[in-house]
Amino acid sequence: MVEVIVFAIFALAALAGGLVMVSARSPVYSAMGLLLAMFSMAVFYVMNGAHFVAAVQVLIYAGAVMTLFLFVIMLIGVDRAVDRTETIPYQRPIVYVLGAGLVALIGIAVLDVAAAFDGSLQVAWTTGRPSGNCTLDCVGTIENISGELFTGWLLPFEATVLLLTIAAVGTVALGQFALKPRDEAPEGVE
Amino acid sequence: MTGWETFLTAAIKVVLAFALLLNVTILVVWFERKVVADLQNRIGPDRAGPWGILQTVADGIKLLFKESVTPRKVEFGPYIAAPIAALIPALLIFLVVPIGRPFTLGDRVIDLSGMDLNIGLLYILALSSLAVYAVVLAGWSSGSKYPLLGAVRASAQMISYEAAMGLALVPLILFTGTTSLHQIVELQSGTYLNFIPAWNWILVPSFVIFFIAGFAETNRAPFDLVEAESEIVGGYHTEYSGFRFAMFFLAEYINIFNISAITVTLFLGGWNGPTFGLGAPFDWILPIVWFLAKTTALIFVFVWVRATLPRMRYDQLMSFGWKRLIPVSLLWIALSTVAIGLRRMPPSWWPFV
Repeated sequence: MVEVIVFAIFALAALAGGLVMVSARSPVYSAMGLLLAMFSMAVFYVMNGAHFVAAVQVLIYAGAVMTLFLFVIMLIGVDRAVDRTETIPYQRPIVYVLGAGLVALIGIAVLDVAAAFDGSLQVAWTTGRPSGNCTLDCVGTIENISGELFTGWLLPFEATVLLLTIAAVGTVALGQFALKPRDEAPEGVE
Repeated sequence: MTGWETFLTAAIKVVLAFALLLNVTILVVWFERKVVADLQNRIGPDRAGPWGILQTVADGIKLLFKESVTPRKVEFGPYIAAPIAALIPALLIFLVVPIGRPFTLGDRVIDLSGMDLNIGLLYILALSSLAVYAVVLAGWSSGSKYPLLGAVRASAQMISYEAAMGLALVPLILFTGTTSLHQIVELQSGTYLNFIPAWNWILVPSFVIFFIAGFAETNRAPFDLVEAESEIVGGYHTEYSGFRFAMFFLAEYINIFNISAITVTLFLGGWNGPTFGLGAPFDWILPIVWFLAKTTALIFVFVWVRATLPRMRYDQLMSFGWKRLIPVSLLWIALSTVAIGLRRMPPSWWPFV
């Protein structure tokens, strides 16, 4: 019962955050909406027993990524409302198609779960705490996560590390080798 | 325990922790004013109560009854939300810090902290990373140039020093093998050679880096560019008055207490200390006294530094953070990883044996 109430509150908060993010006039409000959505997701993780993921969600997304967003928004001018004229003409049709696809995917997942309750169909894409008695071994503690990460999923983990290292090196490289004066970008292009 | 008992225990603990924090803030503000006055050959507050100890109460009541002026150009929603956003993380962080030895009441054991989280350290880092939003929102929504400058400085500064702060904790996690603050404190109990307390001495570099980053995270001197009076008036809280300002003030001093308490917990043994074999009530009263004494000592360092060092320049601040603190902590991570790895290997693998 408590779980349902908490879920209802934070699901509404997440939806509201998402709506604010896409509909707000000012980018600062958009950022705050996204922050609210991310925070609500952290609550969902806690409800599913994934404490570590929840902490990391707040630490990385709310603490680092969104702060950087806000920092950049402030530096490039805060009072300017975003110009809403479309510059890419085919953007809207694509969005409709992709949106319909997303709704279809979510629908399939929901139907799947509904079927799973009847016991007739195997659940493919549901997450969360496995049903039945859950002791400490199915809770997302640091010990469990690192155990999985460094035994079962070492190669994908290392591949991700490599990817992030490449990204970091690339960023440094882009910052280090400044454009020569004659290569400078033309007026108006950043 | 039944559901209601769990709920009641948690509620009582949270209320007590908040009460403790608010009372401690009153004392910390008074302590700072007295110590700074001493260091500057002044007397300091001495009118309200004995040694002026009620001065902060008087100031608080004054702020409570003062008009909260709202400038015309503010964005009202974020403007109101910012002081709240400053106070909430400050209050929540303290909930994972154990302030004393767990004691038994009847048949159950009660921890002297809000909760014992498996992810305690990450919880602290996550919440302290949220503190920057208050500053950013306040600065942006005030619709005035000095708060905005303060907010831009604050976000850059806090992101930079948060990195150093997180990196300083990596050797600690590797060394203790846990992120639960309760376990970290318990691992520091006992003594070496019967008289040196078994604190995390070996992690002194981590301690220094963490504490320096703590100064920057709380926007204290010498890193108080966020509210540098001589350059940008009051910084992010220039346009705030009355109790909204008081909330920022409260959050700052709670954060000082929090950083000191966390540093004590992680590196200086937490509530561990001699109990002199005095028996039942002292077994859990003395640890609280030790904890508060150590925390007060670190708060004194905060005040001492504030009274001694001039404010850094902005470029000095940034280059110190990125070019000194972070490389040093990375180097220290590498060194300590090798040392800890060697310690854990079976002796037959050890080349020096």
